[in-house]
Amino acid sequence: MTAYTATVEVRLKHGVLDPEAETTGRALERLGFELEDLRAADLFEVDLDAESADAAAERADEMAERLLANPTIHDYEVTVEER
Amino acid sequence: MTVAVVQFGGSNCDRDTVRALAHLGIDAELVWHEDGLPEDTTGVVLPGGFSYGDYLRAGAMAARSPIVAEVREAAERGTPVLGICNGAQIGCESSLTPGAFTTNESARFQCERVHLRVENADTPWTSHFEAGEVVEFPIAHGEGRYEIDDERLEELEADDRVLFRYCDEDGNVTPEANPNGSKHSVAGVLGERDSVAVLMPHPERVALPDIGPTDGQGVLRAFDE
Repeated sequence: MTAYTATVEVRLKHGVLDPEAETTGRALERLGFELEDLRAADLFEVDLDAESADAAAERADEMAERLLANPTIHDYEVTVEER
Repeated sequence: MTVAVVQFGGSNCDRDTVRALAHLGIDAELVWHEDGLPEDTTGVVLPGGFSYGDYLRAGAMAARSPIVAEVREAAERGTPVLGICNGAQIGCESSLTPGAFTTNESARFQCERVHLRVENADTPWTSHFEAGEVVEFPIAHGEGRYEIDDERLEELEADDRVLFRYCDEDGNVTPEANPNGSKHSVAGVLGERDSVAVLMPHPERVALPDIGPTDGQGVLRAFDE
């Protein structure tokens, strides 16, 4: 078994409105910053032990499918690193 | 014969719902989620509130709790299930109903009265209304914007699974009358069976004559049939 950290990044699907990100972008503009657009995402770092990086990624993928992301509105990406 | 009103930590419309059902002569009781559904459950309400503090996404945690697996089994047997507000979010998070309720377009919590147009009056939840009738319910939510992909929404509409849409007092569905940016102004939808429904507005808050209008009674009377 090897110790891994699986990183799951969950973001809204392209085209799904993100009012919180829009509000955050406007607040940055109020602070005087210039920006074109702002997108927000959730990042989960999951420490786990697995037989291989693929097995770790597979488990993290299932975590995203079943809880961390809502497939109706989210896309997600899993990356795995040894820790 | 009892309607189980499921209490999670953070539910806060549970007692209102029991009181509204009792006023209509419908036997209802509070059921703590860890206790599971009682044997004699004849209906289920997932009430409003902020279960699990809305952690991760509103309704996400409650949707994965053991009692919701029991609710899903009951729903598959034909037991009527109604999700209101946070209960609607739980319903969509648990795939009892399609789509998702997410952050309001305004990015704010909104507590106001809204008009709803009855889209399909041929369901247990709307049989006391006429199709096209306009009713007035309160909303109280920060995450009530209905989202679903376009193709899926077309299917739902073709199958007549939209129960209510936000509208103005004359029944016109307009962007101005859509309080939270919901796709196609959807306020409530049916599950696979018409015995399963969710809606963001609160019928239980307009059910007691002592405190005002009673438009919501029509929805709750589904449990009386």
